[in-house]
Amino acid sequence: MTEKILGLIPVDWRFELTSLPYVRKIIKSRWMPFLPIVLNLSVFTIILMAGFVGGVSAGNYNFGIMFVWIVWWLLLMMVMVPFFSRIWCMICPLPAFGEWLQRLGFMKVRNKLFGLNKKWPKALKNMWLVNFLFLGTTYTTGFLTTRPIATFILLMSIIIGSIVLMAVFEKRNFCKYIGCPVGGFLGLYSNMAVTEIRAKDPQICKDHKHKDCVIGNEKGHACPWMILPFDIGRNTYCGMCLECFKTCPYDNMAINLRPPATDLLVDKNRGLDEAWKAFIMLGIAIFFFLIMQGNMGFLKDWANAKTTEGYLTFVVLHSIFNLLLIPGVFFVFVYASRTLGNKEIPLKKLFTNFSYTLVPMGLIAWIAFSFGILFPNSSYVLHVISDPFAWGWDLFGTAHFPWTPFLTGVMPYFQIGTLLFGLVLSLDIGFKISKQTFQKRDEAVRGFIPIAAFLTAVTIFLIWLFTG
Amino acid sequence: MKNSMKILIMVLVLLAIPIVILAQTEEPKEKVITINAQQFSYTPGTVEVNRGDRVTIRLISTDVHHGLYIDGYEVSTDARPGQDGSLTFVANNTGKFVMRCSVTCGPFHPYMIGYLKVKPDYRLFGSIWLAVGIFIGSILLVIRRQKP
Ligand code: SF4
Ligand SMILES: [Cu+2]
Repeated sequence: MTEKILGLIPVDWRFELTSLPYVRKIIKSRWMPFLPIVLNLSVFTIILMAGFVGGVSAGNYNFGIMFVWIVWWLLLMMVMVPFFSRIWCMICPLPAFGEWLQRLGFMKVRNKLFGLNKKWPKALKNMWLVNFLFLGTTYTTGFLTTRPIATFILLMSIIIGSIVLMAVFEKRNFCKYIGCPVGGFLGLYSNMAVTEIRAKDPQICKDHKHKDCVIGNEKGHACPWMILPFDIGRNTYCGMCLECFKTCPYDNMAINLRPPATDLLVDKNRGLDEAWKAFIMLGIAIFFFLIMQGNMGFLKDWANAKTTEGYLTFVVLHSIFNLLLIPGVFFVFVYASRTLGNKEIPLKKLFTNFSYTLVPMGLIAWIAFSFGILFPNSSYVLHVISDPFAWGWDLFGTAHFPWTPFLTGVMPYFQIGTLLFGLVLSLDIGFKISKQTFQKRDEAVRGFIPIAAFLTAVTIFLIWLFTG
Repeated sequence: MKNSMKILIMVLVLLAIPIVILAQTEEPKEKVITINAQQFSYTPGTVEVNRGDRVTIRLISTDVHHGLYIDGYEVSTDARPGQDGSLTFVANNTGKFVMRCSVTCGPFHPYMIGYLKVKPDYRLFGSIWLAVGIFIGSILLVIRRQKP
């Protein structure tokens, strides 16, 4: 019997979106994803300009801040990642210059890439580096989300860094392992997505010895993300660049609709780097809430670097909380799970496997958090689209639209509903992982109880924090 | 199967008892509360009242122009140094409501937040009750499935 997600949708249920004729035609065109990248680049040009000319003025009336930290961030967490996996990476304009440089052109295929084409060291082929990179970036969240120039500096460093590093390291190593602060969680949280790119018929791939998708051909590049398109397994490192649709001579690649969170059940390539990514993301959601939607003034002063000591206190507490405290508490519950379940199972295996239950929990926590930004603050967007550079323009007649919170009275119900749904989903995934990890079913049941208790406690904590 | 359902229902009922006890309210009162606004927080950061109270908030600013808007009640006021603001409402909706600064007052302005808590918080008790129910339900479900 195949398992069902939430007891409803079989884990292996798929609907191939690329079976619709026009969809495949569009995907196979070299205009995809070139065109969306260029469009996106024009939006980012405005963002960068606004960041630069906006200087140090208040962020809530700045186009750059609003579009990056409200429009983009919320779209990412609430729409793109849960529904379309790493679609952001498909259209991300930041590494585009580096990639065009590697290809010495915009749309033509050039399989001998320009640059030093160095391999990325094997020891660093994991998420550890980006874990620290993202955590490090959140130290500056107090500036990034309030001072336009800080966002400008961040985006420019990514663009310049990507050009330099992509000239040194081959293909998309920059996005995968080195320089993108958000790449890590986009990868991990995309395991939740209801879409995926996979090969259709494994037998066709098996019989096809000359793997065009891996080595490239005149129609498309070798997979820039250096994965094996015929064996993707999980969404984590598929940047959805669509090259394999172009290279495959048998049209064997597909974009599928699928039930959510199925990648979390893939018992392959799980690792502590991803476990820590899950801890850090959950911790950051909590800290961001305290800074942005909490009522403690001193914490805001810390994050705002009013005093150096305060700022350092924030950095240290934030790091300890994310890197040690959350994993530490989780460890206690994993230990209990092993004690109840089966003491022969290696602790590390249990710890790693169960940490994937924090992926639904974390993504849902971010969605609940995002309501708290969306409902009160989205009216600022109307202002900034009319006057993006604060030059007194009124392009759409909305420059003087006053700050208008909407639905904030019922917002807690959105948050509670989301969090409870997240609990149900993570419990469901949790038990399936438990069955994978413990061999016998009764062990799996006993071993599941402490993990379920942990997930419930986290949910109650988040409900209390956000709404109580 | 029947037994586990019975247990589930019993546990949920037991869990509901403290909610009913906690839900006992006090007599409505007249409350006057002074809130100090300063970049970028309110003091006190949390205002606690009971359902039915008639609440008057006096807003004092000691640095720049600040505002105060209360989610759910949709009332607001503002204050400048030496020019206090005030608002009055009857606390009929229970739960936690965010009080936000409604006048751009500096970089952290969107994060200038305080809480209004109107007790008893049925919403919080109710959702904790649901979460615990989901937990117990999930355990019973996997135990039940185990037996053929
Ligand atoms: S080119 Fe197509 S058929 Fe060949 S291995 Fe790649 S996906 Fe499979
Ligand atoms: Cu203010």
